[in-house]
Amino acid sequence: MHLVIIGNGITGVSCALTVRRLRPEARITLVSSESAHHYSRTALMYVYMGHLRPQDIKPYEDWFWKENHLELVHATATALNTSKKLIALANGTTLAYDQLLLATGSESKRHGWPGQDLAGVQGLYHLPDLEAMTRDTHGISRGVVVGGGLIGVELAEMLHSRGIEPTVLVRDAHYWASVLPPEEANLVDRQFEENRVPVRYRTELREILGDAQGRVRAVVTTAGEEIPCQWVGLAIGVSPNLTLAKTSEIDTDRGILVDEYLRTNVPNVYAAGDCAQHRQPAAGEVAIEQLWYTGRMQGEAVAHTICGQPTPYRRGVWFNSAKFFNLEYQTYGQAPASPIAGLESFYWEHPSGRAALRVYFRAEAPHAVVGFNALGLRLRHDVCEHWIRQQAPVATVMSHLGAANFDPEFFPQHEKAMVTAFNQQFPQQPVALKQRKGLFSLIKK
Amino acid sequence: MSPTLNAPPLPATSPAEKLTLAVVAGGLLALLLALADADPGRQQTWFYLALGLISGGTLAWSWLKFGKHPAGMQHNNLWWRASTGRGAVAWVTGLVLTGFYVVLYWYSGDDGHGHFGPLNNLVHALDGFSQWLRARPADQWFLYGTFYTLAVLLMGTRALWKYRHSRYQLIRTASVMFFQLGFAFLIPGLLLFFQQPEFYFTYFWPLKYDYLFPGTVNSLVQNGGLGVFMVFWGGVMSLLATPVLTYFYGKRWYCSWVCGCGGLAETAGDPYRHLADKSRAAWRWEVRIIYPILVIILVITGLLWVHFATGSTLLGEAGNVAAKWYGFAIGAVFSGVIGVGFYPIMGSRVWCRFGCPMAAYLGLLQKHFSRFRISTNGGQCISCGNCSNVCEMGIDVKQYAQRGEPIIRASCVGCGMCSTACPRGVLNLENGPREGRYQGSQLIHADSLRIL
Repeated sequence: MHLVIIGNGITGVSCALTVRRLRPEARITLVSSESAHHYSRTALMYVYMGHLRPQDIKPYEDWFWKENHLELVHATATALNTSKKLIALANGTTLAYDQLLLATGSESKRHGWPGQDLAGVQGLYHLPDLEAMTRDTHGISRGVVVGGGLIGVELAEMLHSRGIEPTVLVRDAHYWASVLPPEEANLVDRQFEENRVPVRYRTELREILGDAQGRVRAVVTTAGEEIPCQWVGLAIGVSPNLTLAKTSEIDTDRGILVDEYLRTNVPNVYAAGDCAQHRQPAAGEVAIEQLWYTGRMQGEAVAHTICGQPTPYRRGVWFNSAKFFNLEYQTYGQAPASPIAGLESFYWEHPSGRAALRVYFRAEAPHAVVGFNALGLRLRHDVCEHWIRQQAPVATVMSHLGAANFDPEFFPQHEKAMVTAFNQQFPQQPVALKQRKGLFSLIKK
Repeated sequence: MSPTLNAPPLPATSPAEKLTLAVVAGGLLALLLALADADPGRQQTWFYLALGLISGGTLAWSWLKFGKHPAGMQHNNLWWRASTGRGAVAWVTGLVLTGFYVVLYWYSGDDGHGHFGPLNNLVHALDGFSQWLRARPADQWFLYGTFYTLAVLLMGTRALWKYRHSRYQLIRTASVMFFQLGFAFLIPGLLLFFQQPEFYFTYFWPLKYDYLFPGTVNSLVQNGGLGVFMVFWGGVMSLLATPVLTYFYGKRWYCSWVCGCGGLAETAGDPYRHLADKSRAAWRWEVRIIYPILVIILVITGLLWVHFATGSTLLGEAGNVAAKWYGFAIGAVFSGVIGVGFYPIMGSRVWCRFGCPMAAYLGLLQKHFSRFRISTNGGQCISCGNCSNVCEMGIDVKQYAQRGEPIIRASCVGCGMCSTACPRGVLNLENGPREGRYQGSQLIHADSLRIL
């Protein structure tokens, strides 16, 4: 079997590694226009900030590919002929495949703003973006970041690291309003404040103004404010990269349409990761998932199907994480931004405003826990997942909170304060802390 | 992948920071004047002025640089700076350090008339302090110990400010500062003051290889009660306490909490920790070098005891000659000149990683007979590489984290920096039951491909 994978991001590489494990004899070729070797997209910001060098964000050393017989082709795939099972590459050669995985990732979204094609206006998704940002922010003093999501805060932090003053435009009344409840968003806002990054809430971009050389010189917001700047980062999300898929008869909508096995409408052609759109997403799940973790899981699932072990993609208990300047964030399970019927939540916040925990649970007895938000705290993934899967009652979870504590040794333990706060907020379900972290948990058992 | 990323202009250094750096530079200049001045009185003035300026400048700079910013990882522009990114400043620093060690080890011995070579003025400037602490004049090793301890304290304070968001790092840094000042500087000095053998209670065989040599044991025992205790202490720490403590806590109880070499690496070496080579090739060199050194010192110690037990007849001088060569090649060249001199180029743990027989011994215990491991948190790793970057022992931590596997490596000194630097809360140093110690997360399908 010759498996060709278009895209060497986390999805394509996860698939390649899984196929290698399941089928040691398979021929596997990874094609990428972006880079000779797989790198961690999520780490681009650290290269810009000088924490890491470009070679440090490769998850595997260069020998790894050869020793595991994974062929790498650094070229753009320009056309796909599914009847002949051939891929044309920009370097003039063609590749024949038995099985094909499209893991072509995303492109940064643009909104059609006036001035969005000026020099110094860009998104941050791939290596060329990092190069452009390095070039266009060289020696400048002010930048504007559009978007109140994960990439928005990353871009602000990146500019900040070089002494460039960013201004962040956020459409909603608080940061990442589609995901974070106001209390959590408030802690993120404190990070912006502490790092002296001005944020304009309820403000969108209206227009980008250029100078005589075609470079950005300012933006105008929907509030009518003109903010002078020499660079604009657009962080309003990404959309599937369909360039190659559209050269064939593969069905596409916003993304490449796939069934639960990540199969496209064409036999032996699969799609996974950012570029795939599920025809029938499961209840509560979205059709297009654009995350590192889901990319990895989809890559693993599709590898099984490719190897003759049809495996539907199941996301399992949701999880995600991020870091906003110095504030870490983890979430597990169902953690809606605004109240929904049938769910209650318990919220605790440390007086310092640097740590918070929210536990979501069902309003009806036995109040099964459905999700967590943690800020400035580290929670044990497997414990949270176990509680959510087992539908553990909130009283059980609260009394054993120590089991989920993944903070380093000697860190202050907040379980006692959390339980006290819980008993104040939900006096009808009194809870006593039974399990603390580490040695205490042994003593108390 | 070779993106063209030109070095950016670094953010302007504030005038206050520049001033503190100028004070440090002034201190270094005063040190040169102390070396050059012929007048003993002025030598001393220059010397203490130098220490004052360097100390004050370093503390003030650290506070401005780290203490004034919001608490958190502060690694901006680390690889871009000439001082920490193997630039010109780093090479000059490395040359100066290497040169200092060469002069110290081979050109600064007492010539019999109380003259200590090129460092003579600095040694004698410390005579007063040495008399007060040790009731004897200073020598080149007292000068070295003073510099070493000062470096650990000053740069330790810098580390306290830099890592103040992590209690693990605060306590651990305070610990190495405490053991260096107390057990590697003041107590040995006080022992001399009371006419006792100079003994370091925090250095053990096989790092302090001669502590279990028959010659050392004999001379200590002849010294009476305290000497017998020292022999007992050395033996118990090397052969009993080390395995027991390593069983419960991993090798970190020593390497990154107590040891003086580790103390310098964790404080003065902190700006260079990311320079340790993470490649598989470097790991192969590590294994090829460190274990043979452990074997060599075991053999030499054995030879010396055989030599002693057989009344010096069986093997002649072989053991003594070998011990002398070991002292030169490993004790001086490797641990000193290369170990510290190469900080700015190869990172702060070159000696600990490639050379230290104690680290090899602790490492074998940690790998095979310990409850210690670094746990990874389910499927949360994003392969960003920050953990590998800060690993001073050159472990490619992310290789484990991205597969959801616990990190159990002989070389890990448990500094905890991978956990501190991880932006997603994935890594945690834990001591736990040995059953299931290697158990990976069920939330990632490990790819089972080799990584070393």
